Amino acid sequence: MKRPSAWHLVLAPLALLFALPLLWLLVSSVMTNAEINRFPPALIPSGIDLGGYRYVLGNALFPRWFVNSMIVSAVAVTANLAFGTLGGYAFARIRFAGSKLMLGMMLATMVIPFQLTMIPTFLVMKSLGLIDTLGALIIPSLVTPLAVFLFRQFFVSLPRELEEAAWIDGCGRLRILVSIVLPLARPALSTVAVLTFLSTWNDLTWPLIAINSDSNYTLQLGLTTFQGQHHTQWAAVMAGNVITVLPVLLGFLLAQKAFIRSLASTGLKG
Amino acid sequence: MASVVGTFTIDPRARKAAKRRMRGEGATGWAFVSPSVLLILGLSIVPVVWSLLLSFQVNDLVSPSSWVGLENYKALLQDPTFASAVKHTLLYTVLYVPLSVVGGLAIAIALNRKIKFIGLYRTLVFVPFVVSAAAQGVLFSFVLDPDFGVANSLLHKVGLPAQGFFGDSAQALPLLVLISLWSGTGFCVIVYLAGLQGVSAELVEAARIDGAGKLGVLRHVVLPALSPITVFLLLFQTIGALQLFDLVFVTTKGGPLGSTTVIVYFIWEKAFKSFTAGYSAAAAYGLALALLVVGVALQISRRRAAR
Repeated sequence: MKRPSAWHLVLAPLALLFALPLLWLLVSSVMTNAEINRFPPALIPSGIDLGGYRYVLGNALFPRWFVNSMIVSAVAVTANLAFGTLGGYAFARIRFAGSKLMLGMMLATMVIPFQLTMIPTFLVMKSLGLIDTLGALIIPSLVTPLAVFLFRQFFVSLPRELEEAAWIDGCGRLRILVSIVLPLARPALSTVAVLTFLSTWNDLTWPLIAINSDSNYTLQLGLTTFQGQHHTQWAAVMAGNVITVLPVLLGFLLAQKAFIRSLASTGLKG
Repeated sequence: MASVVGTFTIDPRARKAAKRRMRGEGATGWAFVSPSVLLILGLSIVPVVWSLLLSFQVNDLVSPSSWVGLENYKALLQDPTFASAVKHTLLYTVLYVPLSVVGGLAIAIALNRKIKFIGLYRTLVFVPFVVSAAAQGVLFSFVLDPDFGVANSLLHKVGLPAQGFFGDSAQALPLLVLISLWSGTGFCVIVYLAGLQGVSAELVEAARIDGAGKLGVLRHVVLPALSPITVFLLLFQTIGALQLFDLVFVTTKGGPLGSTTVIVYFIWEKAFKSFTAGYSAAAAYGLALALLVVGVALQISRRRAAR
C-alpha cells in the first residue's frame, strides 16, 4: 500500500489559497444583504438566497449587457477564425509578391502597445460615426495578428502532400482550405477561438473609451458601474459578478486542455 | 519523390499544369490576406503615426488641433503627477514581476509530479487567470471593503485592528500587487509546467548519477534548460505590468491621494477625462519607448542565453 505523498500538505493549502476568493464570490452571491451588512459579516450563509440573482436578472440593463458582450465576442471569434485561417493559409502556402513583407509588418504590429493607438482609434471610430455602438467594439477585434500567425504556424506544419492531389485535380485554394485543411486544423481553431473569446469577453479599457450609453455597455463595463451604483447591495453585485465570470469559467472547465495548450503555446513560441 | 499520391498515379502533364497554376496565384494570395492586412495594418500603423503627430499638438478630441512642437514632452518631464505615475508603475512592476515569475516556477515544480488530485490542484491555481480584471476588482473591492468586507471580519476574529485597505494610501498599491499575483501567477505556472516537460530526463538522471542532489539538479540542469522561458516570462510580465490599468480603474481610480495612479491610468485620464489628447499621446509615446527598451534588452539577453 502506497502512502499518500507528503506534497499534499503543501499543494492542498496552496490550491485552496487560490480558490478561496472565487469560493467567497460564490458564497456571498447567495447570502442575504442582512447577513452581509452586519458587523462582523457572516462567514457562512444561513441558506441559499437567490435574491441577488433575481435583482440582477430583473434589472433593466444587466441582461442586455450580457447579450452585448455575447454579440461582440461571438462576432470577434467568428471573424478571427475566418480571416485568420484565410490569411494564415495564404502566408503558409501561396507564393505571392509581398507576402514576406506583409507577414513581417503584421507581426511587428504585435509589439505596439494599446495605449499608443487608443486615442487615434477613438478618433477613427468617431469619424465613422461608430462611437457608442457595438460596431466600435467589434471592428478593432475582427482579426488579430496573433490569430493569423498561429494559423500560419499550424498550416506550415501540415504535410503538403495532403493538398497536392486535390490541387492537381484542379481544386481551387478556397476549396482545399475548407474541405482538406480546416478539418485537420481543430487544435489551431480551438486555440484561436479560446484566446479571442478570453480577450474580447474580458476587455474593459476599450469599451470604457468607446461606449457612453449604458444600454450599449458590455458586461465588464456594466458590472463596474453597477458596483458603483449599488455598493450597499453586495449580494446583487456578487451575483452579477458570478454571471460575468461564468462564461469564461465554464469554457475553461469544459475545454481546459485547449485553454492550457493555447496559453502555454503563446509562451513557448513567443 | 515518386509521383504517387495514395493509390493514384499522376499524369506528368497534369502535374505540369498544376505547377503552372501555382505561379499565377498572386491574386488569390492577396485576396486571402487582404482582410487581415487591411484591418491590422490600418488599425495600427495609421494610429501610431497619428499618435506621434498628436503628441506635437494640443487637441481636445473635438476642435481642430494646433501645433506646439515639443511642448507636450517638455511639460511631461516637469509634471509631478506624471513623475509619481512613473514611480508607482515601476514600484508595482518591481514587486509583481519577480514575485510572479519566481513564485510561478516554485509552484510549477511543486505541481510537476504525478500524485492524486494533481489535476485539481493545477486547475485551482490556474483558474483565477481567466477571471477578468473588472471581476477581480469588483470581488476584491467587496472582500477588502473596510465595513462589510470579509478581510476585516477575519482580522476582527483573530483580534487584530481593522484596516483601511484601498482607503489607505500606504496599502493600496501593495494590495494591487497581491491581487495581480493571485490572478497572474497561474500563467507563469502553466508556461513553466509546459517547459518542465521539455527538460531532458536523461540529463537529470545523468546529473543524479554524478552525485548531484535535488538542489544541484535544479540549479545546474533544470534552471538552465528553462532560461529561455524565464526570459520570455520576465518580458511578458513586465510588459503587462507597465500597462496596468483595468484593475486600478475598478478598485481605486488612481487613489487614495493619487497613490495608485499608474502611467496608463494617467494616459487615460489625460485623454478621456481632461481632454488633453496631445499631452496624453506624448505620455503614451514615453511609455511605448520604455516598453521598446525592455523588449530589446530582453531579446538581446535571450540571444545570449540561447548561445
